[in-house]
Amino acid sequence: MEGLNELAFVLGGVNHWITVFLIMAGLYIIVSRSNMIKKLVGLSIFQTSVYLLYVSPGKIIGGTAPIISDDFAVYSNPLPHVLILTAIVVGVATLALGLALVVRINEAYGSIEEDEVYSDGDWN
Amino acid sequence: MEFLINLVLLLFLSAVTVAIIGVRNLFAVVVLGGAYSFLMATLLIAMDAVDVGMTEAAVGAGVSTVLLLSALHLTKTDEAPARHSNVLPIALSVLTGLVLVYGTWDLPRYGDSDTPMNTHVGAEYLERSIPETTVPNVVTSVLASYRGYDTLGETAVIFTAGIGVLMLLKGRRRREDEKEEDRS
Amino acid sequence: MRGHLILRVVSKLLIPFLLLFALYVQFHGDFGPGGGFQAGVIVAAAFVLYALIFGLREMQRIIPPAALEVAVPLGVLIYAGVGVLTWFLGGNFLDYGMLDSHDPSHGQHLGILLVEAGVLLTVASTMLLIFYTFAGRGR
Repeated sequence: MEGLNELAFVLGGVNHWITVFLIMAGLYIIVSRSNMIKKLVGLSIFQTSVYLLYVSPGKIIGGTAPIISDDFAVYSNPLPHVLILTAIVVGVATLALGLALVVRINEAYGSIEEDEVYSDGDWN
Repeated sequence: MEFLINLVLLLFLSAVTVAIIGVRNLFAVVVLGGAYSFLMATLLIAMDAVDVGMTEAAVGAGVSTVLLLSALHLTKTDEAPARHSNVLPIALSVLTGLVLVYGTWDLPRYGDSDTPMNTHVGAEYLERSIPETTVPNVVTSVLASYRGYDTLGETAVIFTAGIGVLMLLKGRRRREDEKEEDRS
Repeated sequence: MRGHLILRVVSKLLIPFLLLFALYVQFHGDFGPGGGFQAGVIVAAAFVLYALIFGLREMQRIIPPAALEVAVPLGVLIYAGVGVLTWFLGGNFLDYGMLDSHDPSHGQHLGILLVEAGVLLTVASTMLLIFYTFAGRGR
């Protein structure tokens, strides 16, 4: 019985820990890579990990999608879905803005590597 | 069973993330990003977030992949080798991860129904949606009606991002030789 | 892209159904998964597919960029306009119950429909416009 409880504890926490791993991976890519497109991909991973962070506590085991019907009684929490739904679309809009900036930087400096842009910059 | 599906998808997701960190060819990174988005969409559907899963599949795997590819077309497709040591970024992300894992100890376990989040506001919306709006899909009724202000704001953000991209990229492209002429 | 016969035929078959699916997602959003955001992105994806196969110039002949530049703010205006309309009908901002004087729940359905139409317009046209700008930059 003791072992079963521990197993349930570990399984119940896996979602959070993978979310934390994705946050770490996103942060690592943003900080360590100097390529700006890779940085934006890292930022997207960071962002999607937040979707996981929001949606997974709203899931109820044995529940179903929050579309009311006579056949079901238990529904997962709809509120995080709403918040994340809009966040995804805003996320792609900001990604497009970031990519536009990268394209302009590439036109101005001929590089999308942060190190090279810094060393070629006028302020050096 | 729900735990198991979840676990497998989460492990796939982590594997793709590790691959994204390791690969240096940006085309491969973008394609892996598409696979990542599809896995995330599947995971969201497994967690009953059908609307979110649908959006993630269309946006993450569709539109962002196209945008990233068209940006790659305008720039370069290979990442330069790293110039700095990785010790500091790894230390920073591990430290952040440890703090966050410490934070998860107090979070409710996955799938619990008696958490504050699932018993107050969420349950309230589920009860009130049908009597007040007669819309069965609670996500839609919350999105467009109860939280209509939020959605108006989000629409305005998308509008602003579109304007921003237009301002940055609409003008005529200045070639290197034109710049030389300007200087002379 | 003259040579890609299979791509051209298949995409011609697919695009009408993509658009139909987008409309289904849009108008069935009250009863099943879906809504303006998803439908907007699907519409944009269908047109992007067309532009990828048949070329950007063909696409811009069908939907010129100037039309999109009108559609982007129009969607936000429709959304905010519904809010202002409910003001004039005596309710709060975005209080859809006011839109139908007999049955507030009909007003809710109508309001959600209008607002989602605004979202669809803004999302679809912004995504397509961003694609136009990126793709048009390459030449």
